[in-house]
Amino acid sequence: MHKYYKIDGKDFSIAGEASSDFKTVLKKLGTPAEIVRKVAIAMYEAEINTVIHGGGGECDAAIEKDKIVITFRDQGPGIADISLAMQEGYSTANDKIRELGFGAGMGLPNIQKYADDMSIETEVGKGTTVVLSINL
Amino acid sequence: MKISELAETLQLELLTEPDYDDREITGCYIGDLLSWVMGRAKPQDVWITVMSNVNIVAVASLADAACVVVSEDVPIEDAVLQKANMQDVVILRSPLPSYELGLRVHEAAGI
Repeated sequence: MHKYYKIDGKDFSIAGEASSDFKTVLKKLGTPAEIVRKVAIAMYEAEINTVIHGGGGECDAAIEKDKIVITFRDQGPGIADISLAMQEGYSTANDKIRELGFGAGMGLPNIQKYADDMSIETEVGKGTTVVLSINL
Repeated sequence: MKISELAETLQLELLTEPDYDDREITGCYIGDLLSWVMGRAKPQDVWITVMSNVNIVAVASLADAACVVVSEDVPIEDAVLQKANMQDVVILRSPLPSYELGLRVHEAAGI
């Protein structure tokens, strides 16, 4: 089963709607609560990154036999230094974003913490693809 | 302790609709940085914050917090409350600062 979402890069008030919708789908399917929570947190962080840093993009969420695989793609500026971006507390978010409570530098670390697997493909000036999976 | 019991004991103002799911509270987390809360708060926590923008609804829902308590009587826009009602997120408010609220939660609920 697949769900596809367009991620708006301008409207912060709807940031997180893809994650909220997919959480509802998983709950309706009877997915265990702890797995739902892991997916929700990892997916929300990736979604917010797509909004803040990617300027919007798209998301494909797939429920497979033994895992859930979620892919976020954007055509944003890319990540210049992934190891730096993975450090807790490091963020390139601007002051406006920080005033909203984002930009704590916990996005990618949280994805790594809650997803069972995560991969990042990025190219400066072209965009970023983040794939995260959670085992069922 | 249930949300309703905490609300009564601490005289919290219920901002969202009254027919909420009266969940059991098992912990408390205080924080305003959303990703920090998302990564550290536990399911069924009371989340105390001064943050009041619409993104607190998604964070509370996805992190599975029992309820949000906004401290220091921070104003909240109707659009935030409408979204909270749609997503079954309970938002309460208190004039107390976050630290004092945390102490009261500890005293009332033993957590």
